[in-house]
Amino acid sequence: MWKFLHKLASPPHFYDLSAKMIPWFAIIGGIFIMYGTIAGLFFAPPDYQQGDAFRIIYVHVPAAYLSMMAYMIMAISAGIGLIWRIKLSHAVAAAAAPLGAWFTFLALATGMIWGRPMWGTWWEWGDPRMMSELIMLFLYFGYMALRAAIDDTVKADKASAVLAIVGAVNIPIIHFSVEWWNSLHQGSTLLRDGGPAMPAEMLYPLLAMIFGFTLIFGALLLGRVRTEVLFRERRSRWVRNLVCAQEGRNE
Amino acid sequence: MNERESEPPGLSQGLSSIVRRDILLAWKRPGDVLNPLFFFAMVSTLFPLATGPSAAQLAFSGPGVVWVAALLAMLLSLNSLFLSDFEDGSLDQLILSPQPLPLLSLGKAIAHWLVNGLPLVLVSPLIGVSFQMSGQTITVMLLTLFFGTISLSLLGSIGAALTVGLHRGTALLSLLILPLAMPVLIFGARTVSLAANDTAVSAGIYFLAAYCMLALTLAPFATAAALRISNE
Repeated sequence: MWKFLHKLASPPHFYDLSAKMIPWFAIIGGIFIMYGTIAGLFFAPPDYQQGDAFRIIYVHVPAAYLSMMAYMIMAISAGIGLIWRIKLSHAVAAAAAPLGAWFTFLALATGMIWGRPMWGTWWEWGDPRMMSELIMLFLYFGYMALRAAIDDTVKADKASAVLAIVGAVNIPIIHFSVEWWNSLHQGSTLLRDGGPAMPAEMLYPLLAMIFGFTLIFGALLLGRVRTEVLFRERRSRWVRNLVCAQEGRNE
Repeated sequence: MNERESEPPGLSQGLSSIVRRDILLAWKRPGDVLNPLFFFAMVSTLFPLATGPSAAQLAFSGPGVVWVAALLAMLLSLNSLFLSDFEDGSLDQLILSPQPLPLLSLGKAIAHWLVNGLPLVLVSPLIGVSFQMSGQTITVMLLTLFFGTISLSLLGSIGAALTVGLHRGTALLSLLILPLAMPVLIFGARTVSLAANDTAVSAGIYFLAAYCMLALTLAPFATAAALRISNE
């Protein structure tokens, strides 16, 4: 186990392994998303209250879940990088931030599109989950801005890792404090006592979408980490060998 | 020789001497202390000018205005927290000193609060009165600002340590700290408006006190880690 982890943390090995993993993630994720989209849009029954407008949850819920998941991945790998000084995990944190910010944006945008016909407003200040997502987006912006402001990669890695960890400690507090407001957002339908309050024809496409989004996120993340690793190791021998081999093949 | 063998000063002595040093430095340059205070008063004046002078509206928006102004004033003063130390090399000495760096970071934050936060708390009743707040509301506002400004000094010291030595640090510092400061703002401002409506306020004050304790225990370690990274 330790040997495997140790090997995984070495950039050339990761570069080879991820090349094999990405197609699997992308293909399986793509299949799940295809099933979820078709079943969710055409076969799931319309909601008795919301009609067809509810179908945006098939994008909204996976995006909202991934926006938090990406922050967790970012903070944990930043912490691992800070404590055990593993270069690769700093690259993972750096690659996860823009992806997380985009998923946060997607969750906010789909939430606003849904809120317009349902609540009659694009933006509801009193809703705690909207506010938490917005603050989350600001946290991502702060993280990326700090990274961009420091020229030295090693220093940028460490400083932004401290910020990511401080942010991770604060996220539950932020969430609780906005929760203190009166809520308009409907309670969670999926995670509650007594099982999900949703018929199976609606639920299975949603679960498929969540799973498919996660796999696609994994594929995108691995792809970004690969480019990040290549850039960071651009002066090392294995990258030079790689480029030379590539050029030899092209000639 | 005797000098070298002597024990380094104890923890409390290290803490008190850094607090005393920073207060003395601020005392020599009173402008730096007064500017955030004037800023606080002026931002509070801007809101009535922008929204109109009706007494009902002022009473309604007062708590929020005072809290936003206080938050911005604290941010304004935080930028220079480690700047002079970084520029003249005192920061290296702080990091090399036998005292643990988190303790010294705590001392810096305490001194920052005594110099910038406490005067702001003391001035706030004046603004509260001008916003038609009742005596009881002002008491609650003082309490929330007391705990809130301590938390902001500590939280801000993390951001100041991360951005020290960077170009264009001021805007970056706000971007880093404002999202983290939102719980303080929410509980501070909401508790004061609850007090203005004669509703129970203890929950908000307890929360701010708890947040303050959490910041006191954890923030100095983050600040110390950030200082070590920034000063490499």
